[in-house]
Amino acid sequence: MSTRDAASSEQRLYRPPVSLTWWLRKPSYLLFGLRELSSVFIAWFVVYLLMLVYAVSSGSAAYQDFLDLSANPLVLILNVIALAFVLLHTITWFGLAPKAMVLRLGARRVPPGVILAAHYAAWLVVSAVVAWVILR
Amino acid sequence: MPETITIEVWRYRPEQDSEPAWDSYEVPLRKEWAVLDGLNHIKDQLDGTLSYRWSCRMGICGSCGMTVNGEPKLSCSTFLTDYAPGPVRVEPMRNFPVIRDLVVEMGDFMAKLPTVKPWLVSGDDEPDEDAEYLQTPVEMDDYKRYSMCINCMLCYSACPVYALDPEFIGPAAIALAQRYNLDSRDAGAEDRRDVLASAEGVWACTFVGECSVACPKDVDPAGAIQRYKLTAATKAVKDLLLPRGAR
Repeated sequence: MSTRDAASSEQRLYRPPVSLTWWLRKPSYLLFGLRELSSVFIAWFVVYLLMLVYAVSSGSAAYQDFLDLSANPLVLILNVIALAFVLLHTITWFGLAPKAMVLRLGARRVPPGVILAAHYAAWLVVSAVVAWVILR
Repeated sequence: MPETITIEVWRYRPEQDSEPAWDSYEVPLRKEWAVLDGLNHIKDQLDGTLSYRWSCRMGICGSCGMTVNGEPKLSCSTFLTDYAPGPVRVEPMRNFPVIRDLVVEMGDFMAKLPTVKPWLVSGDDEPDEDAEYLQTPVEMDDYKRYSMCINCMLCYSACPVYALDPEFIGPAAIALAQRYNLDSRDAGAEDRRDVLASAEGVWACTFVGECSVACPKDVDPAGAIQRYKLTAATKAVKDLLLPRGAR
């Protein structure tokens, strides 16, 4: 046992308990909790996508079953909530990007706003390509 | 402006209390008085048993971190008038065991700090003692912000990840590691990588951002951590794809 351990065992340290509602103390803590929770909904979207792929590969009857399931109000509500969480995840992830990426052009640092805008622009382009592939 | 303000102090006296309790003190309200001046008044005039740490009174020693009305603050640069008419609630920093009153046990931070080697690591086996290691202002700008850390631990107090996972190396230690990683004279980035790129290192952080809000020296530890995440990820991909010589 080191001297520090010996000293602290003689001291009667008080360890304040973490309250059950700590995540309600600040908006940023709540956002942190919600963002952690968003992983569950992202997992659901992955499962949903796999169900779609399976239905498409299994023929038109299976695809119709999948469409019927998707039209079920409960599934619809679940998907709307999941979409909200995925958007939260994406927006907070993009918010992190300018902190993580420090780019230089010569001696000057690329402003964080430009990096953020580039991410949204890339998102828009990818969305447009996906929309074009589906809708054409 | 009222002439006095009430300071409610979180008390824990291990020799007599099994649970903490609140004590209230009435102190003069002066526009130049910080919370620390209020505590010094209590200690000198009202109750000599109150315990807390302080030293410089000018926001550079990093000793007087406390929780003031729920927020992590340096008590020497938090002014009583901002809380008038009061009361002001003073608690020890959160997320640390308490030794007595407002004094916390900081052994955990002290044990973690050296694991990230927060010092210049020389690339030479036998450095020339007379050599000068020159640096341009642009090179210095890369790390200067992170070098302002005063080890006050307010960022640990603000961090919910550290509260939930005490193994997390934490904001200040990672910011200080980046202070040296980004220094053009340093060759220790590879030495620090095992610790920083671990599950208890940058990957434990989920970018709550409260460490940067709490920092009294504008160090931006949250930024330092996110930046290292990209560095660590890039290095891991290079390790996987490139032959040893090209990394």
